[in-house]
Amino acid sequence: MDYVKLINCMRCGMCLSHCPTYKETFLETASPRGRVALMRKLSEGELEASERLLEYLSLCLDCQACASACPCGVNAGEMVAEFKCEQKDGKELSFMEELILRKLLPHPDRLEAAIKPMRVYQQTGLQKVVRKLGMLKMFPKPLERMEGLLPELPGQPLRQAIHEVTPAAGAERGTVGFFLGCVMSLVFSEASRATVRLLSELGYRVVTPKDQKCCGAPNVLAADRQGLLDAARFNVDLFSRHDVDFIVTDCGGCGSELKKYGHHLEGDDGAAAFSGKVRDISQLLALHVDDLKGKLQPLPLKVTYHDPCHIAHCQGIRMEPRQLLKMVPDLDFRELAEADACCGSAGTYNIEKPEMSDRVLRRKVENIKATGAEVLVTSNPGCLLQLKKALSEEVSPIRVMHLTEVLARSLAGER
Amino acid sequence: MKESFIKELTAIVGPEHTLTDRESLVCYGYDSTPELENRPGAVVLPASEEDICRILTLCHNAGVPVTARGSGTNLSGGSLGDAHSIVIQTSRLNRIIEIDEENLTATVEPGVVTSAVHRAVEAKGLFYPPDPGSMNISTMGGNVAENSGGLRGLKYGVTADYVMGLHTVLPDGSLLTTGGKAVKDVAGYNLNQLLVSSEGTLGIFSEITVKLIPKPQAKKTMLVHFPELEQAALAVSHIIAARVIPATLEFMDRVTIKCIEEYARVGLPLDVDAVLLIEVDGHPAVVEEEAAAVRQVCERHRCSSFQTAATADEALKLATARRVALSSLARMKPTTILEDATVPRSCIAPMVKLIQETARKYNLTIGTFGHAGDGNLHPTCLTDERDKDEIARAHKAFEEIFDAAIAMGGTITGEHGVGIAKKKYLPRLVGESGIRVMRGIKQAFDPAGILNPGKVF
Repeated sequence: MDYVKLINCMRCGMCLSHCPTYKETFLETASPRGRVALMRKLSEGELEASERLLEYLSLCLDCQACASACPCGVNAGEMVAEFKCEQKDGKELSFMEELILRKLLPHPDRLEAAIKPMRVYQQTGLQKVVRKLGMLKMFPKPLERMEGLLPELPGQPLRQAIHEVTPAAGAERGTVGFFLGCVMSLVFSEASRATVRLLSELGYRVVTPKDQKCCGAPNVLAADRQGLLDAARFNVDLFSRHDVDFIVTDCGGCGSELKKYGHHLEGDDGAAAFSGKVRDISQLLALHVDDLKGKLQPLPLKVTYHDPCHIAHCQGIRMEPRQLLKMVPDLDFRELAEADACCGSAGTYNIEKPEMSDRVLRRKVENIKATGAEVLVTSNPGCLLQLKKALSEEVSPIRVMHLTEVLARSLAGER
Repeated sequence: MKESFIKELTAIVGPEHTLTDRESLVCYGYDSTPELENRPGAVVLPASEEDICRILTLCHNAGVPVTARGSGTNLSGGSLGDAHSIVIQTSRLNRIIEIDEENLTATVEPGVVTSAVHRAVEAKGLFYPPDPGSMNISTMGGNVAENSGGLRGLKYGVTADYVMGLHTVLPDGSLLTTGGKAVKDVAGYNLNQLLVSSEGTLGIFSEITVKLIPKPQAKKTMLVHFPELEQAALAVSHIIAARVIPATLEFMDRVTIKCIEEYARVGLPLDVDAVLLIEVDGHPAVVEEEAAAVRQVCERHRCSSFQTAATADEALKLATARRVALSSLARMKPTTILEDATVPRSCIAPMVKLIQETARKYNLTIGTFGHAGDGNLHPTCLTDERDKDEIARAHKAFEEIFDAAIAMGGTITGEHGVGIAKKKYLPRLVGESGIRVMRGIKQAFDPAGILNPGKVF
């Protein structure tokens, strides 16, 4: 790691109040400033890469709230991720990593086939039986948690159902390429349908290339740089074959990764142009607030908004989703305390670090309940999964919706 | 650290709140002070006043020194201990015990974060003015121990002006209660005020009662550009001479303006010597009158631009420059040395000039911003700790700046404290008799010298 990055931290402590793990523990080792100090002392040879040190670093959610708070532009979350990559460099992928990252994710058809049994498992009522009998207790803990997170799956992944070209409703103002996130397509296809509907209503022709692959963010989580570069290369080339004004995604995680392709494939003009066109759906919709204003119909709901880390901290988008929600007539928008604090989902963190993930989640749930909202809106599949499960288990359950679902409903005049 | 001692500590706070591993100690080897590092022998995180009493009794009997720490945002090394000492982190004592709306007081535990107090009292239409730059993470205990200031110091004073009552654990583990909710109290020495800014050398706070005031109803924000430094400084003095005490009267110099524009592009002109951010608050009618008076004074002193915010959003926009001042400077170079030389208000112009000349003399980049209204400046040296020669020059430059501040009737530190970093300058300011009296006080409170040894003098 670049030593200057490590000494750029002036230890002011501004990150501490934004770090979910520090707020839970009050331990310096669980703070961004502490993590930078540990990596620095390691690089200076004062500390070794002991198991304890790695354990301390692994408590980082990589939510990057610290980066938003840092006066000097230090991104401790990203640095910890980079450090993990370096630690892993040259080592082989594990069997499961190889299976998921190389054999499944880059091949949407295989991924979709692999998830099919889950749908059968749910539809046949087997899931209910398994849950009732507590059979999951027989499996390893992580598997039990994963099973618990999975909501009801749609009949067909959106990638299979959607037409490659959706025409603009009315006069055409431009063309957008739609990047389907894996989880959005597989699990939250209704939200992505809403996204396409909104784009079309605003006059965009929507091109959804069917061959697109996973954005590569999971490869970053597993420190698999080659897998990431392959994904970036493939998607850049694929979208370059279509003449699009913007590349839009409704997945915060994908959006922040796609915006970095230009950086990943340094010196590649195509990749830079690709990244330059990437917009989160809220950014694109916010360009057309005047048009939307005339079209949105009353939706009398009490709503609050949770900022996904990948939207607020990684892409710096905070204003647009709020602006859009507040435009919906009769919608009662309530600001959430600590709205941009991580929900504890954080990639695979909720599986790998269940105890801390649950603590971070609990704080989020309490804040959401305090707003009195009936609907929690967010726009990242990880947050949707995590919060759907948690909020459905509350005594008075709170519904969870993607931003585009709310807007599309208001647009269609559905109450 | 003896194993038996650690065992006894663990018995008080539990194993997960007793840290002795190398990695943890590395992380408690710093606070926000540039260049300083020193690792404690152990760190404990008590959860109650009783825990603190028991820890101090134990340390007293074992002769182990103790340093108190909140969130570790100290800027003078005051929260660092050494290998023979332990650090007590107060963050778990984070309850707001009471907000008393009849007596207008708030009683809090020492680990409560300053901005949490702001939020809690403002929700009830009340106001706790001290707002140090680190208020989103600094703790009330630390604020009292350092007598923290902030942007609102000119009109509303500093932490000391709000402390009404304290629970202090003395070095032998006994509890000292001073002051309370009574506005008038002249019974004996004013121990509250003696304990404020004692930097952890006299006792460890376990409960704090502060005074609250009604929240001002209205506020007006103004941003003013001055082509000439002297005119900006004169405007500061003349605003106050015109009987207007702004809540905020912040200054940014040419170097700071350049860095802000490079980083945040907020639209400041690069050809002006100084920018002032001014806020007046209070009754709406008074606010209007005062804003008009401020405008008159600034125009008399040849300001080149005078912007007034009409809405809260606009006010936020105008304040952006000041808010990002430190970030903008800090991003320029890896190491940022932020100082707080303070002079009487009338000496702002000569002091800024002297800082600029000193920077030139030692070939350094120093940006100056700060609280012009109360003479509390933050000359900020942008450097690189790997460049030993430049660091040495920076130290020489600051030595001259501190001496000049003393000569102008000012002080070596307006709000960061003496700690370790400014120890050598303190005798120049307070003289032999000052040090002798302070030593006497220290002796009375802590004869064995186990509380934060090596700090202040």
